[in-house]
Amino acid sequence: MDLILVNIIDGLVTGLLLFMLSAGLTLIFSMMGVLNFAHASFYMLGAYFAYQISIALGFWMGLLLAPLIVGVLGAGVERYGLRRVHQYGHVPELIFTFGLALLIEELVQFIWGKNQMAYFVPDALNFSAFAIAGNSIPAYKIFMIFISIAIFIGLLYILTRTRVGMIIQAALSYPRTVEALGHNVPLIFMGVFGVGTALAGVAGVIAGPVLGTFPGMAFVLGSIVFVTIVIGGLGSLWGALVASLLIGWITTFAKSYNIEMADILNGIGIGTPENLDESLFRDFWTITSPQIADILPYILMVLILIFRPSGLFGKRHS
Amino acid sequence: MKNITKLGVVSALSLIVGASASFAETIKIAFIDPLSGPFASTGANGLHQFEFASDYMVNQKGGVLGGDTFEVVGFDNKISPKESLIQLQVAIDQGIRYIVQGNSSGVANALTEAIDKHNRRNPDSRVLFLNYAAVDPALTNEKCNFWHFRFDANADIKMDALTDVIVADENIKKVYIIGQDYSFGKAVSDAANKMLGEKRDDIEVVGDELHPIGKVKDFTPYARKIVASGADAVITGNWGADMLGLGKAIIDNGFEGPIYTYYAAGSGMTAAFGESGKGRIRLISQGSINPIGSEEARATYEAFEAKYPDGNIDQSRIFNVIGMLATAIEEAGTADDVVAVASKLEGMEYDSMWGGKLFMRPQDHQLIQDMHVGVHTDENIDFDYDQSGFGIVNESTIEMASMDSPTTCEMKRPE
Repeated sequence: MDLILVNIIDGLVTGLLLFMLSAGLTLIFSMMGVLNFAHASFYMLGAYFAYQISIALGFWMGLLLAPLIVGVLGAGVERYGLRRVHQYGHVPELIFTFGLALLIEELVQFIWGKNQMAYFVPDALNFSAFAIAGNSIPAYKIFMIFISIAIFIGLLYILTRTRVGMIIQAALSYPRTVEALGHNVPLIFMGVFGVGTALAGVAGVIAGPVLGTFPGMAFVLGSIVFVTIVIGGLGSLWGALVASLLIGWITTFAKSYNIEMADILNGIGIGTPENLDESLFRDFWTITSPQIADILPYILMVLILIFRPSGLFGKRHS
Repeated sequence: MKNITKLGVVSALSLIVGASASFAETIKIAFIDPLSGPFASTGANGLHQFEFASDYMVNQKGGVLGGDTFEVVGFDNKISPKESLIQLQVAIDQGIRYIVQGNSSGVANALTEAIDKHNRRNPDSRVLFLNYAAVDPALTNEKCNFWHFRFDANADIKMDALTDVIVADENIKKVYIIGQDYSFGKAVSDAANKMLGEKRDDIEVVGDELHPIGKVKDFTPYARKIVASGADAVITGNWGADMLGLGKAIIDNGFEGPIYTYYAAGSGMTAAFGESGKGRIRLISQGSINPIGSEEARATYEAFEAKYPDGNIDQSRIFNVIGMLATAIEEAGTADDVVAVASKLEGMEYDSMWGGKLFMRPQDHQLIQDMHVGVHTDENIDFDYDQSGFGIVNESTIEMASMDSPTTCEMKRPE
């Protein structure tokens, strides 16, 4: 029972981190129709910039400055890169972002090398907030939860309660109409791209000390972000949140409990074959949940695409 | 020391001869390991150490065979066995005769099979496989062949030494074993279960599990299970980003006991563990860095630091690979006939500058050497890792570990 509570907190941290990445990506995707392969690379840049700044000015300045730099870089990429490629259609855009992801990874390796960076949790947060049955919850995790929730509330407020948000929402569904009404849609695109990448930067800044800052960090997180926005539904902030939390909890619980496939199959009335060693499905029978934890989100995505192609909260049908 | 002096004399001689003989050739060594992706740092650091060792130990001392120099060529295999076979073919096509690889026994298993097949079919372009870090015991047992030499201690030898230290600690009653889900992770788990059971039957293995390699974003759920199991110590064979992620998660989430590892040092890892890992992370390795094995080793390490200020010699066995290869080529009198070189490597006794004697066991091509268990700390450090002030200090040494360990290898030598 104690462990369930701990897992709920751990899953929440994982989910909220994923949310910060997917929130920006889902807005960018639905607005421009671009699958931004480089999104996770901006997450990595956030971590590296923050590491570099933290050496000179401390963690908190890193948290403040690194996302800003990443956001400006992101806006620049949209303004001078994507916008030019846009006229040639979606495939060149896709290839552009894919190339950008590779380029950023190489650049990071060129500047910082291939080693793990010694990027630490700030001393002010480097203690155990509380413990549940010997499992300590680091204060830093509580801090991560609060930052992510604050960002979610802030985004929700801007998107639903302000004029800017209304125009963005309108541009999500009917870009041509909004343009016809005299709004500067390219500027909105650039702004959304900048804010989206800045959010990825924030995620990188706060995840770097916990999950490690190394050139492979974008690669490890890259594909799962796309899964999140497909499950949540394109362009939906709530969808991104629910899908992120769902993935966070599913993977955390699957890893924490050794549920064996044989138990599940026996439970639904299928008997274990007598000669398991010779059985064609031996590997299938001996699967445990931690082994498949990381592919469960992909299975969920396939199911969502079959039964609800627009995602959990998606509205627009293409 | 004898061989090194001999090497020195020969190379000094060759300097004089080499000056007049201008037909010196380059002996190429193909380094097939990950140079991109999640394990890029491990691979790149290995490559640096190979390049430095070749240059410092061979080329600067006049080369071998009267002036032939070593050149290490890096091939990126992206840690994939499939990609490795392609790179192997590229290397062979370039006329390279010596293959070094170490990261992932999955790759090593694929390479040793492919090389065995290639050498049988193409007697004119045979290659040797010098394995410097892949430690799946199968490579020197049922899958052994004449072309494969292992310079690292295999997982069983390491576990034998590690469990000797663990059973000596009366406070350890419960042990948790965790590793990456592939042949090496499984080998570590099997060896730990078997040896702990044999050496002290009151030790209980409270957890034994494998996780996907290079794919886990957050190790927190695993750390929770370890704490919940009430384990006194953790054993893991993890390496690269998986080792750092696991170690950090275990320490951050409230585990108090020691963590016994194979590879938790260098490549930025020592710096990233820093203060939090002090006295907690323990490491089985060969070659003594703190205290340094010999004055020659000290000079070598200082020269390495001068060339790579950010670098570490975290795989001192790489220097043994180069030293022993150079000696074997010198003794065989040729670098082209790999059968002759391999025959010299077999049974070779070599004094390592990192301390102790090395013996390449002829029956299975497993190098027998001293093993050390060290601890991650910032006290009594001669040479730190990652410029962090932290390093690994020896706590216990097992001389010529597992010298008489059994092998199922039936070595087939070429006619």
